[in-house]
Amino acid sequence: MKQHGLLKKLGLVMASVLVFSSMTLGVAAEETSGYDMDYYSQLKGKDVTINVYNWGEYISNGDDDSLDINALFEELTGIRINYTQFDTNESLYAKLKSGGTTYDVIFPSDYMVSRMIDEDMLEPLDFENIPNFQYISEKFKNPSYDPENLYSVPYTWGTVGLIYNYDMLGFDPDSWDIMWDENYAKQILQFSNSRDAFAIALLRLGYSINTEDKLELDQAAQMLKEEKPMVQAYVMDQIFDKMQGNEAAIAPYYAGDAINMMAVNDSLRFVIPKEGTNLFFDAVCIPKHKEDTEESRLRKLASEMYINFLNEPDIAAANIEYIQYSTPNDAALALLDEETRNNPIAYPSDEVLENTEVYVNLSEDTNLYLDQLWTQIMSAEAGYNYWSMPLFLLGALALSVFITIWKKNRRRRRDRFDYEISNF
Amino acid sequence: MKKNRWLSSLYVWLVMVFLYAPIAVLIIFSFNDSKSRNTWTGFTLDWYVELFHDRVIIQSFAVMLVVAIVSSVVATVLGTLAAIGLNKMNKKLKSVIMTFTYLPMINPEIITGVALMLLFIYLKMEFGLQTLIVAHITFNVPYVILNVLPKLKQMDQNTYDAALDLGCNPFNAFTKVVIPEIMPGIVSGFLMALTYSMDDFVISYFVSGASIQTLPVAIYSMTRRRVSPKINALSTIMFAVVLLILVIYNVAGSRRQKTVRKKQGGEY
Repeated sequence: MKQHGLLKKLGLVMASVLVFSSMTLGVAAEETSGYDMDYYSQLKGKDVTINVYNWGEYISNGDDDSLDINALFEELTGIRINYTQFDTNESLYAKLKSGGTTYDVIFPSDYMVSRMIDEDMLEPLDFENIPNFQYISEKFKNPSYDPENLYSVPYTWGTVGLIYNYDMLGFDPDSWDIMWDENYAKQILQFSNSRDAFAIALLRLGYSINTEDKLELDQAAQMLKEEKPMVQAYVMDQIFDKMQGNEAAIAPYYAGDAINMMAVNDSLRFVIPKEGTNLFFDAVCIPKHKEDTEESRLRKLASEMYINFLNEPDIAAANIEYIQYSTPNDAALALLDEETRNNPIAYPSDEVLENTEVYVNLSEDTNLYLDQLWTQIMSAEAGYNYWSMPLFLLGALALSVFITIWKKNRRRRRDRFDYEISNF
Repeated sequence: MKKNRWLSSLYVWLVMVFLYAPIAVLIIFSFNDSKSRNTWTGFTLDWYVELFHDRVIIQSFAVMLVVAIVSSVVATVLGTLAAIGLNKMNKKLKSVIMTFTYLPMINPEIITGVALMLLFIYLKMEFGLQTLIVAHITFNVPYVILNVLPKLKQMDQNTYDAALDLGCNPFNAFTKVVIPEIMPGIVSGFLMALTYSMDDFVISYFVSGASIQTLPVAIYSMTRRRVSPKINALSTIMFAVVLLILVIYNVAGSRRQKTVRKKQGGEY
């Protein structure tokens, strides 16, 4: 650690020079009153820093006059936050597993929480230090991915549904079948991540989205292959532009993002199909610390304070207004405006929620099998086979050997020619 | 003949459009009033204002600059010294070392990235600024060597010997004769290292730690929600700054050439 101190300091100095205005533009101090100051000031002056690892664009950060939650927390508690971002659950998992870094607060999704619990990667939370857990709705406590609710506090939730362009379809679909309707060939978008795409096919077949049965998975893969000629593109965030710009008529996506799209394009509508859908959670957790030291204990407390702060009703409400997914925090929900609270897309009725399923972690085998099937689907037309790669490498090798020999021969011939000329 | 010229200028314009259309679109949409990337909804400068309020973006931008500058300065020094050593080596040893030098460039980045990550874990190095800088130096050094070596080959060895004859000690001869002679190679090596370092995503992705992230890694993490137009704004500023520097550099360069020509009495 010591020998890197200088580099680190140099970096910090240069960084802080460049971050000229950003710090001062935090929210004014008087807004911090109303919180339990005895609790929040217990680590003041102890120089604690925590590393927070969240999804990109997934916390209110001061855009559009929203709250800058991290700045507010730093000001309130004197705890410094290093904030970095990840792009998928899998890369979060890989980063933690590689072991080169120490994260204090992470935001995995449901199935990733259960995988991390299974692999003993999470620290049990001390709920004494997270009094605001009381605001979490009863129906979101003890979720299937953390049955005893020892390791996680839900951060956001939402459903997957069908976004469609009413003006292009002329009616309101109510089933995933529409994504297999030839009348809309090349107007359909599909998820480019395998788990979400398979879930839709499995729902349509009436199977569980967490099935480990290879026959059922095969059927779903077959169905996705049949869909392929009709799909315009396999996408994630490009869905926004394609749907808003009337380039496609039908797409599955997350409810919170659908609300965003509908605000831009009036003809867009959202439905949760009758076959049911996936209910997802993103939760806040603390990864296991490598060793138990005074510092790690302080950091754990700081992390729990951070989680608690995220669940202060006004903070959680401001945050969810920014993220636009749904909040599991009842007190925050009560602070939202009526229109949002009663929006059936963000907060569907219990009846609709009844017909949903949360992802759980699949076995290693099934994950591998899914990946294989997905690769087959994606390369169905190309006629991918397992020999193509080694054959290609062999070909490249043969070609380079051939070129070397040919060049050598040519040089030899030229040398001989020169020799003969000179002798002539 | 005339027709040909018309065709060739058309061709140049096509290439220009092909190269610069994406940047033009990026710049135009940095002024777009909504988050949309294909429909124009009105002019705004909001993204530029918000850019400077976004700690994550500004901090990762700062990290990217710090890493790029420090790593390319170190790589330039190391690479130049290495090139000078290589230049003096016998042919066989030199070709062996050069093969090793090429290796990190030919190697897929992902392999370099994973390898470095495993090495740092093995050495129990804390991931952060230090690992990023070391990793960037690693892949920057070859670019400097490859830029400096040709200049050394072009250089007339006799000038160095002449300097010694005229009373320079080896160190002075090195700083006053060799270095100025190979300076263009050093500068272009440095600039290349700087660019590659700022560009790099794959290796940085594997070796960045919990406390620090470079800009490309931060941008990539936004793909689940949506890449914010603030990134367009930042890219536009970067593009404008680089363009400005190039223009100034070229204008100054051509002025200098003019004055040199004048001094020489317009003999050219």
